[in-house]
Amino acid sequence: MASDLRTAEGVRPSELVVVPLRHPWRWVSGAVILLVIAGIGWAMAEARIQWEDVPGFFTHPAMLEGVVNTIVLAVAAQGGAIVLGVVIALMRLSANPVARWFAVGYIWLFRGLPVLLQILIWFNLALVFQNITIPMLFSVPTNVVMTAFVAALLGLGLNESAYMAEIVRAGLSSVDSGQTEAAKSIGMTPMTTLRRVVLPQAMRVIIPPTGNNFINMIKGTSMASVIAFLELIHAANNISSRNLEIMETLFAAAAWYLVMVSLASIGQHYLERAYGPR
Amino acid sequence: MALVEAIGVRKSFGHTEVLKGIDLEVERGEVVCLLGPSGAGKSTFLRCVNHLETIDAGRIWVDGVPVGFRSAGGKLYELREREAAHQRRDVGMVFQRFNLFPHRTALENVMEGPVQVLGRGRAEVRAEAVALLERVGLAEKAGAYPGQLSGGQQQRVAIARALAMKPKLMLFDEPTSALDPELVGEVLDVMTSLARDGMTMIVVTHEIGFARSVADRVAFLVDGAVVETGTPADVLDNPQQPRTQQFLAKVL
Repeated sequence: MASDLRTAEGVRPSELVVVPLRHPWRWVSGAVILLVIAGIGWAMAEARIQWEDVPGFFTHPAMLEGVVNTIVLAVAAQGGAIVLGVVIALMRLSANPVARWFAVGYIWLFRGLPVLLQILIWFNLALVFQNITIPMLFSVPTNVVMTAFVAALLGLGLNESAYMAEIVRAGLSSVDSGQTEAAKSIGMTPMTTLRRVVLPQAMRVIIPPTGNNFINMIKGTSMASVIAFLELIHAANNISSRNLEIMETLFAAAAWYLVMVSLASIGQHYLERAYGPR
Repeated sequence: MALVEAIGVRKSFGHTEVLKGIDLEVERGEVVCLLGPSGAGKSTFLRCVNHLETIDAGRIWVDGVPVGFRSAGGKLYELREREAAHQRRDVGMVFQRFNLFPHRTALENVMEGPVQVLGRGRAEVRAEAVALLERVGLAEKAGAYPGQLSGGQQQRVAIARALAMKPKLMLFDEPTSALDPELVGEVLDVMTSLARDGMTMIVVTHEIGFARSVADRVAFLVDGAVVETGTPADVLDNPQQPRTQQFLAKVL
C-alpha cells in the first residue's frame, strides 16, 4: 500500500521537507555591483563639478542650436543613406553585371574609409576642384557649395549608404522566392511586387539594424565638429571656451545625446511593432 | 484552337535537360492532370505555361497568344517582365507551398490582384473577394492572417486569390503535397467544384483518386516527355507503356 512507503531513513514521502536551492553568490555579486555604483555616485558628488550649472547649459540657446543642427544632420544623412542604400542594393542584386560590380565597388570604398577622413576630404574638395561642373547643366565654385553642413552630410551619408545597401540587400534576400512567384502569378509587375510584397516583408529584417545605425548616426554627427559645423559637441565647446566649465557643458551635451538616442530607440520599437510578425 | 497548346517544349537547368520536347493540348473547360514520378518535369512544365520559367525551345500558346512573346510581322518578340506580367493576368496559379502574402489578411490577399494589378475599386472588389472566400468555405476567416490558418485553409485562400483575377486557366502545382493528410480533402473538394463549374485546369498531382474522378484527361510524364495520355480510365486502368505500368503499380 502507498501509505506504507518509507524512504531509506524511514520517513513517509508526504512528510519529506523540500529545501529550495540557495543562491548565495547572487547576493554577493549583487552587493558588489551596488557597492561599485555607490562608489561612483559618491565620487561624482565629491568631484569638482558645478552640478547646479549643468541644467543651465542643457537649455543654453547655443546648446539648443547644436541639438537642432545635430538632429537635422543625422536625419538628413540617414534619410539620404536609406534612399541611396535601396538603389545600391537593387544594383547589387541586378542582372546587369556592370551594375553589380559598381555596387560592390561602392560598398567597398565608402564602407572602407573612416567617416572622419571622408568628411575631411569632402570639406577640402575645393583645394583640388575649383568648380563643380556638369557640362551644359551648371558650374558652381566648390567652396560655395561645400559648406560644413554639406561636407558632413556627404561624409556621414555616403558611408552610411554603404551599410544601408548591405542591410537592404539582406532584407530583400530574406523574402522567400515563392512570394515573388505568387505576386507574378497574379500579374504583378516587378515594381508593384517590390512595393506591395517584397519590401513590406523585408522591413522586418531591415528595421532593427537600421535603428542601430541611426543611433550610431546621431552620435557620429559629432565628427562634424572637426570642420566647425555647429553640432552638439561644437556648441558645447563654444560655451565652455567662454566660461571654462568644460566638464559641465560636456555633461549637458551628454544628457542631450542620451535624450535623442532614447527617443530614437522608442521610435524603433514602434516601427518594429508596426512591421512585426503576424 | 485549344486553350493551351504546347509544342516541343524544351527546358534545361544548366546541363540538365528537364523538359525534352513536351507536346500537350488542353481544350477549353478541360481538366488535365499531369502524373508521373518526381523529377519528370511536371512542375517545370506548369511553370513554363505561366512564364515563371522561360523555355529554351518549342512554343506554348495560351488562348492563341504565344507565352512570353508578342507576335508582330511574322516575328516573335521576347516580352519585357512587365509585359509578361500582363499576360499572366489571365492565368491563375496555385503553389505547393501556398505562398500567401503573410503580411495581409485572407481578404486582402484575395483583393490584392484586382486592386493592385487591375486597378479596380476596392468596394466592388471587396464584395467579390468575400464571395470568393465564401465559395472556398472561408467567409468567417476573412480577417485572419495566413499564419493563423491551417495549411488547407491557406491553400483554399490561395485558390480564391487566383480566382479573383477571373483567369481563363488555372494551374495547380501539387496543391495538396504540403498538407497534412486530413486536410487534403477540403482542398480537393474546392478544386472538384471548380472543375464542375467548367474551369480549364492543369493539375500536377499525386492524388490518383482525384485524377480518376475529376480529370477529363491525364498525361503521364517521365524524364521530361509525355509518354502516355488519354482518359483516366484508359491510362490509369489500362496503361500501355511499361513506365506508366511501373509507376501505377507503385502508387495504386
